[in-house]
Parts: sequence; C-alpha cells; structure tokens
Amino acid sequence: MKEYSVINTRVPRVDGRAKATGKARYADDLSMPDMLYGALLQSPVAHARIRKIDTSKAKKLPGVKDVVTAQEAGAVKFGVSPARYDETIFCIDKARYVGDEIAAVAAVDLETALEAAALIEVEYEELPVVLDPFEAIKEGAPVIHEDFPNNIGAEVHQEFGDVEEALKTCDLVRTDKFVNKKQDGAFLEPQACLAFYDPGRGLTLYSSTQAPHYVQRTLAMVLGLPIGKVRVAQPCVGGGFGPKASASTLELTTSLMAIRTGRPVKMAFTREQVFWHSRARHQFFHELTTGVKKDGTLVALKNTCYLDGGAYSSFGIATVYYAGSLLGAPYRLPNMKYDGYRIYTNKPANGAQRGHGGVAARAAWEQQLDIIAADLGMDPIEFRLKNIMQRGDITCNDFNMSSLGMKECLEAVRSGSGWDKKKGKLPRGKGIGVACGFFVSGAGFPIYRSETFHSTAVIKLSEDGGTVNLYTPAAEIGQGSDTVLTQIAAEALGVRYGDVKVSSGDTDFGVDLGAYSSRQTLMSGHAVKQAAEEARRQVLEVLSEQLNIPVEEMDIKDGLVLFKKEGVDFSALRTRYIKEHRGWTDPPSGKHFTFVEAARLAYLARGTIVGTGAYKPGELGGKYKGAAVGTSPAYGCSAQVVEVTVDMETGQVTVDKMTDAHDCGFAINRTNVEGQMQGSLSMGLGEALFEEVKFDGGGRVANPTLGEYRIPTCLDMPNVETIIIESNEPNGPFGAKEVGEGAIMPTIPAILNAVYDATGVRINELPVTSERVFDRLKEEKERRKEV
Amino acid sequence: MKKLITLIVNKRAFEVAVEPNRTLAQVLREDLGFLGTKVGCGIGDCGACTVVVDGRPVNSCLVLAVQVNGSEITTIEGVSEGAELHPVQEAFVEYGAIQCGFCTSGMILSAKTLLDRNSNPSEPEIRAALSGNLCRCTGYQKIVEAVHAAAGMMKK
Ligand code: FES
Ligand code: FES
Repeated sequence: MKEYSVINTRVPRVDGRAKATGKARYADDLSMPDMLYGALLQSPVAHARIRKIDTSKAKKLPGVKDVVTAQEAGAVKFGVSPARYDETIFCIDKARYVGDEIAAVAAVDLETALEAAALIEVEYEELPVVLDPFEAIKEGAPVIHEDFPNNIGAEVHQEFGDVEEALKTCDLVRTDKFVNKKQDGAFLEPQACLAFYDPGRGLTLYSSTQAPHYVQRTLAMVLGLPIGKVRVAQPCVGGGFGPKASASTLELTTSLMAIRTGRPVKMAFTREQVFWHSRARHQFFHELTTGVKKDGTLVALKNTCYLDGGAYSSFGIATVYYAGSLLGAPYRLPNMKYDGYRIYTNKPANGAQRGHGGVAARAAWEQQLDIIAADLGMDPIEFRLKNIMQRGDITCNDFNMSSLGMKECLEAVRSGSGWDKKKGKLPRGKGIGVACGFFVSGAGFPIYRSETFHSTAVIKLSEDGGTVNLYTPAAEIGQGSDTVLTQIAAEALGVRYGDVKVSSGDTDFGVDLGAYSSRQTLMSGHAVKQAAEEARRQVLEVLSEQLNIPVEEMDIKDGLVLFKKEGVDFSALRTRYIKEHRGWTDPPSGKHFTFVEAARLAYLARGTIVGTGAYKPGELGGKYKGAAVGTSPAYGCSAQVVEVTVDMETGQVTVDKMTDAHDCGFAINRTNVEGQMQGSLSMGLGEALFEEVKFDGGGRVANPTLGEYRIPTCLDMPNVETIIIESNEPNGPFGAKEVGEGAIMPTIPAILNAVYDATGVRINELPVTSERVFDRLKEEKERRKEV
Repeated sequence: MKKLITLIVNKRAFEVAVEPNRTLAQVLREDLGFLGTKVGCGIGDCGACTVVVDGRPVNSCLVLAVQVNGSEITTIEGVSEGAELHPVQEAFVEYGAIQCGFCTSGMILSAKTLLDRNSNPSEPEIRAALSGNLCRCTGYQKIVEAVHAAAGMMKK
C-alpha cells in the first residue's frame, strides 16, 4: 500500500483546541451591534382552524420592532422534497400540531420578545385530533392536509423478483411485526440563528444547520430573493444527526424580520422547542415475512411498513423509501417486495435521523434472521456468513457493492468478542447477540432535481507560499469533516497537516449538499482532493518550467519537493526566494527544496494559485421508481456483537460490552472513525433501551426535556471494542467511504438478540424497558405452565 | 430590582448589577461574555453549563447569580493560562474526546474538579463524576480515556 503522511493517522481535530478552551462560537454565542431578539408564537393545540390573529397589543409593547404572521410572511410553500412542499413559514388557516408556528416577534431584548409573543391573541376553532396513524387512515378520520384526504402523504410499492412465487419454494417462512418509538435527535445545542440584511450585499444567515446549501435555496425561494443575494454560513454546530438538515421556520422568520427591520435578528430554540420542532426519527410499524431454504439460503423478503409522519412531510418521502430499500443487503437476497405508507398525524413532523429510514427496519429484520437461524439450528453468525454479499455483488434493487468488507466485519466481531466461547454457553440472565447492517455513502442524487455537483472545493495557496487555504462549503457539525477534509487536502497536495487552513460551511465557498446521508468524506473529500491535486499540478508545472525537469520526475511530500533524479540544482531558485523575503524570519534551508518556495515561485510566475474541485456521482444503478433513494456510489457496512445482563426479577437490561467492526473503506482519521462508531452505538443503545418521545391525548409532547426523555449517560454506555475494517472503496477518495450513520445499524438488533439469548423472550416493541421485559418474561412463564 | 454583586470569575473580580431572577449562566454569558459556558437545556438536565463554584461543579443554569455573590467561579476560559493547555484540555484534544464540542466545556470542568480531588480515579469514579454531563456525540468512551490520560499527565 502507498505510504501516507497525513491520512490514516490520528491527528487531532482542527477545531479541538478552540472547543477545549471555550473559544469556539456557536450560533447562540453570536451577537451584533443593534441586534434584535426573536421569539415565536406556536400553536398550543394540535389541530385547529385559525379564525383570527390579533397582534395589536404585541405591536404596542415598547421595545417591539416587528411582529409577523402569515399575512406578512406569505404563502410560499417549502419543505424538503419539492414533490411534497407542504409547509409555509406560518400557519395560514390551520395549525396541525402543538408547536406549529403562528407568529413571531423581534424586540430589543428576549424578555420583551417573549412578552410580546404572549400578547398575540389567536382565535382557534379546535378540530378533531388524530395522533395514531392507523386511526388516521380510517374512513372519516380528520383530514390534516386537504390534498391528502386519506392522510397518506406518500406511498411506495416496489417488487424485485417475484416474492409470492419465491416464498412457495421456501422450507421456512415466518412473519413478525416490529415497532420502534419516535426518537429525538437530542443534539446538545438547540437550533439557533442570526440574520442580517444589507440592501446591496443581500441577506446573511448564520445558522446551526447541517445543510447551508438547502437553507440558502429555501430562503431565496420563500423570501423571494435572488439566490446570489443569500448567504448561509455555519458557526460551530453542536451536533445535528438529521433534524438540522432542512430549512426551518426559525431560519426563515429570523431572516424575514432582519430584512423587514434592517437590523440583525437572533432567535434560538429552547430545549422544549427542539422537541416540538422534532424532524427526527419516525415511528415505524413493520411487518416482515422472510423465507429461507433448509440449508439457510435466504430466498425472499416481504416488507410492509406504516410510518407515523407527523404533521408535515419533512424528509419523509426519502424516509418511506429508505424503510424498504435499506433491507436485503448485506445479504444475497433475490426477491424483495416492499409496501410503505407515510401517514400524516397531528404530531411534530418526523424527518431524518442517523441511519435514515433504515434503523427500525434493520432492527426488525436482524431479529427475525436470528429467530430463523435458531429455527434452522444454525449459529447466527454462520447463518449470516452463508448469505453474505461480497465486493462486486449487486443487490436485487440494484445497489452496487463496489467494496464490502462485510464478511471481514463479521469475522472480526466473532473473534473480538470471543463469540464461539460464549454463544449458547452463558448462564440465564446473560446473553450475547449479533447483527449486521449497511448504509449509503451519500445519496446518489440531490434532494431537488438537478445536474448540480454535490460538492465543490477551492484551494488557494497564499501568495507568500506558506499557507494552503481550503474553502469548502461542506458542513462541519461535530462529526469532524473539517479535520478529514484538511487531511485530504494536505495529503493530496503533499504538505503537512498544519499547513492547511480550512474554512467551511459557507455558501459563498460553493455548493455542497451538506452533512446528511453520510456523504461528506466521500463526496466533499473527492472535491477537495481534486482541488488539491489541481493546485499541486500548477506548482509543479512552474517548477518544471524553471528547472527544466518534467513534472513526472517531481513529487511533493511533507512540504518538500522531491526529485526523482539526484543532484538537481535549485540554488538559483532558492536565492530568488530568499531575496524576495528579505527580513523574514524563516528563510528556507536544508537539502530539500520546500513547497513554500515552490508555491511562492508559482505565484510569481502565474499570479494567485487556485485549484478547484467538483464531484458528483457517476452513473448509478436502478431505473425503477424510487431508485434515487438508496443508490449511492458506495456502501459502508458493519457488524456488532453485544453482551447484556438482564435482571430476571425486574427485567432491567444492562449492556455490558459491545464489539463493533465497521468497514469505512479507508480511515482518513482513525480516531474520528472510532468516534463515529462509538457515538452511533450510543444513540442506538438509547433508542433500544429507553428513548421515546411521548404524547398526551391532546398531542402535546409529554416529556420535552432531556431529563424525562433520557439519552444515555456515561453510566449507561459500556466500553466498545472498535475494529476498523478497510476494504478500499474504488469510488471513494483514497478508498474512503462512510461511517457516520451506518455504524448505528446493527446496534438495536444486536441488543435485542442478546436480550433473547439472556432471557428466551423476544421483544418486538422498543424501547426495551424493564417493564416490557418483565411482562414478556411473565407471559412466557404462564405459557410454559399451560403447556 | 437590580442587586449589585461581586463574582470572582477566573481570578478576576467583576461587579455586576443583576436582576434577582437571572441565572449564573445568563450573567456569565450575557453580562460578562464568558460564552464558553453553554446552555443545552436551561433546567439542569444536561450539564453543558457546568462551571466550578468554590471548588464544586454546578449547573450554572440552576443557580441564581445573586446566590453566588462573592464566590470564586471557574469557567472554561479560566482552565488554561496563556497558550498552554491544561492537561485535561490537552488530553481531550489528543484522545478524540471532542466532537461537536457543545458538552466539552462542562465535561472538562467536571473532569478537572474530579482530578483536583482525586489524582488517580478509577473508571467507575470517572464515570460517576461525569454522569451529570450529557454527550450525544462521543458515546463517552474517548472522554473517559482522556480523563485517565490527563490524570497520568498531571502526575508527571
Ligand atoms: S444548560 Fe444547565 S444543565 Fe443543561
Ligand atoms: S461532543 Fe457533542 S455533545 Fe459531546
């Protein structure tokens, strides 16, 4: 393998120091002279016709500078998928969930803004509320969007192969149901943004977003601004995990009021508002029928899924597709049928969250596969290995596994966990379980139909030659893309890590679709690599002209120019450089010509040296309807083994140990890859064991606090043995592909399978609370008595 | 009515006139500009707002500024001096204990207070000390490793 200097290492994050010293600035830390503070008025009822809005008292309150409702904000619809733009900035005639935005205020301080929002009088005519998706599709149910009289906002029907016929040929067919609960993103930083407007330069919005590019487009469309006059930039972002990947009313209103008042406006969510706004993991109701041959060969899968969508579509069109398309692989499965329905209810809209659309499906299926393996008398790992896909395999829904270290992952967790010594040999109350999963390495298509590049990048060498400026519109949300892209730039250019200065997350730098679908290492990485190679080529060309050496006979590495031939005399060039830099403190010396000298000479010869890069995926498989959701230039995959202790009296589950192997193609930053794996497992553990957004009968979130909602603390998370598998993805920069989302896939089912191993009971409903396990244990005992 | 109080923040005394209902987090962030103190929930659930008051880590969103009149407070800005990082900070950077960074200020202050009291904590002791600080990004493992490493660095 090629020797690398900067990538495949453990260099610390570029922003680590700023974050460790409290100097990093997040959206709510920003302020500007003359800044106003915004506050929202949100619906207290889940479904109501809005009869009248009276803002007169709010407007009269001293210190209030602007009050806006639908009247001022207009009726332009937006959302995520253009096919389902179903939101407006404010409710026009109807409120559809508790938290739906009615109006906003900008005032000289937050207290005044909040007081004014409370002074807005709204006359609601309450309508019947429907919270259960199965109630919502019944005849005569309240209609949430007039265009969708049966409340089915989207449905998908796909079949690959012939499932009914194939099932007839199976020796074993089983059907199971599974349901998860609505999850919350629970990123630590509540959404916040700051907007200001200059009639000449246009609108600037600093926002805690995952996708500056989509926010820019939405702002331009909804507010009627030329897109070139809208700039969206990220300060530091305190986590996203999906819910921050689309434009929101918070961002639109803040911008609107900044334009109207001519003053900067800042607005932030409280934690409670984060729960109301949601756009996090859907609730999925799956029914899966899987058929196999006696020898364990997988033959067919029939998957039906109902998704509780909440009041708006958000990412839901993609979600309903993913809930089908992310099954099948990583196993060879020739026949697969999927019917999915996303249903509107009077609850906060659900959207995307880590492992978009596939997490519940994966949990359901991997648990079912475990049952099937047991029924066949096969070891669950042997059963999986028998069906495992390998590099070059193509799924029945046309996903090309251009690299796939799935087998390697399974074998790694088998030996890493000591599986063979433990499986079937643990005492009652102790259990071990395994599961696999895969995920896209970036969506193959943008959310809106376009031939746009998915990522662009610019590298500009400083004119003195000493610094490589990397401008990437990619979104750093905590996952570490700034670090990884800096490493890629340094490696491709041949300089040291510290020589690159990264600026990111700004629409002024170009187009990057953002941090979602686990896409940036591969896609933004390609663009950055290309930009760096382009800058490198220019520097070497100048050098070639001046030294009369062909470009191919030179290389740049670790900030030094290396000549293939011995004895190249560059003293004239060095003298020239030193003359240029008289009085500077760092004259180059030593036996190597440096990149700094070369870059300076390149500037002297050609002016500012700029390299650009742009990436979009090549031709992808799938000509069927919906193929755009799930096709990707590459797929990451992983396997996990989880060990649990279950208190057989109380049903309390404790996760003791997790062993995780993930194939990320090639680890640009090994520490970051492990961090993504461990963070994914923690989010999966939370969803498996206790996370659940609860509602009261009126559709109000019943637990809108981090304390009552409860995410894993460091007492809940065990240590994880993280094993990195590198399969060298041909479509990835330096062979790299995703880790950020795919790593969550096996977590829940591995826990479920371990709980079964410990207790002998299967849990088909998340979260696996002690109460649920206790009830199942009791049921099982009773059943045994009867037998 | 505003009350005049003195807060000794990072060894510097500040006189501030504060409304009695303002939290320490608000005063630190908005009046004194110590923006490294983060607010993730405002009601004592997440620990992002942790600062050290008279040697104890507290959720500054739960404490009224007037309650800590005269106290010595350390915020994340006061952990290191000059360009040199405190060993806990250095270890957090080095060991990958930081992702989005929103929990980091609070984590570092909780970890530092632990190490000030106990120079050789066991893993359960570290986990117990950090159990009031939520992190959604890291899964905690690298944070725990960093605290171990910092303990080692501080002994040298
Ligand atoms: S902000 Fe103080 S505990 Fe969350
Ligand atoms: S690093 Fe993001 S919450 Fe801890």
